[in-house]
Amino acid sequence: MKEEKKSASGKGVGGIFFFGGFILALIFGWIVFPNLLFSEKAQPLNFSHVAHQDSTCDQCHSFNPDGTYSGIPRLDNCVECHESPMTSEESERILVEEYIQKQQEIPWKVYAWQPDNVFFSHAPHQAKNIECTQCHRDVSKEAKLPPYSENRLTGYSKSTMKMIDCEKCHAQMGANNNCQVCHK
Amino acid sequence: MAIDLDRCTGCMACSVACQAENNVSFRADESDKLRSITWLEVYHLQNGKEYPDYQFTYLPRPCMHCDSPHHSPCTFVCPVNATTRDEVSGIVNHIYPRCIGCRYCIVACPYHARDFNWWDPKWPKSMESMLSPEVSTRMRGVVEKCTFCHHRLLKARSKAYLDGIDPNEATYVPACAEACPTKAITFGNLLDPESEVAKLSKDPRAFRILAKLNTEPKVYYLSKHQWVHKLGDNSF
Repeated sequence: MKEEKKSASGKGVGGIFFFGGFILALIFGWIVFPNLLFSEKAQPLNFSHVAHQDSTCDQCHSFNPDGTYSGIPRLDNCVECHESPMTSEESERILVEEYIQKQQEIPWKVYAWQPDNVFFSHAPHQAKNIECTQCHRDVSKEAKLPPYSENRLTGYSKSTMKMIDCEKCHAQMGANNNCQVCHK
Repeated sequence: MAIDLDRCTGCMACSVACQAENNVSFRADESDKLRSITWLEVYHLQNGKEYPDYQFTYLPRPCMHCDSPHHSPCTFVCPVNATTRDEVSGIVNHIYPRCIGCRYCIVACPYHARDFNWWDPKWPKSMESMLSPEVSTRMRGVVEKCTFCHHRLLKARSKAYLDGIDPNEATYVPACAEACPTKAITFGNLLDPESEVAKLSKDPRAFRILAKLNTEPKVYYLSKHQWVHKLGDNSF
């Protein structure tokens, strides 16, 4: 009788320990690890999309005649207006002093940068009338660039589109889903 | 693709252009050809007769992109679907990060069109900036092969979309055909009866290598010599 009792209470304590460990593992897996995995990096300077509402989107984000897409404008585009500071903002001081005067391209961190073995072309997606915001964040009311989270293991951005998202949309739209349509 | 062997001079410009276009790696010592990687190999064929009947020809051999129903020999055996045929373009391609390096496809290919990376590719420092960004480099332990310069098709289709042309009508030229000084290599859409390559494929000089295997290669060869036709049906 005594022995039975002992083993029963032992089971109870063991259960509590197991449950506690389980909760800790969940906290680690769901909260601690994802935070550890991504490091937040700041952009070289802040860019306010709101402040540039007087120009259209494709003045900076445009297609090249050969069908490729220039996602982020080069410095020449900025120089057109910002040869000297237009306001007294800190980000503009950085732009003029660090980049325009030194004639150095701004090393923007691209939120949607794809791995090297991926071929992506904006042209077919635009031809199918897919909105930019279906894949990219809506920048129409954005005054401050969001922080860039970089995966510490792979070095890619957290908001890089995953293959599953591409595949899913291709299947739904009846587009070709063969590997080589997107891989090179 | 149609390759006119009567025009081919064996200069190997196609092979070199392919190597440069597709970031094909080479080894420090390339004297051991058994382990070197070549997507487009040029064979030297001889009729085996004595002078004055002696004749020879060169035969450039890219991947045949076999059109046999359902599967090409290589795509049929791949256990991980790393190599697949796009039924729209007809091009057989190989996705390197997906490849597990079992080399079953190399065994299955009757044309020896596939190569294996036994080592990580290495280029001299000064050459690294010359690599094409349009073709991903391979890593140790994966198979690679000719893609009919598939990246050029993707670019041509992309431009067609932007110009408002039907992307299925987009045309392009692979690096080998572009480099050929005698215009022996013709590239185009075999399904379009008006295309030059489709007309050449129906030429009486046309033959396909190892046609007896029913792999339906998409590369046609043209030669006026019957002994070349016969040799084309033998194993290499």
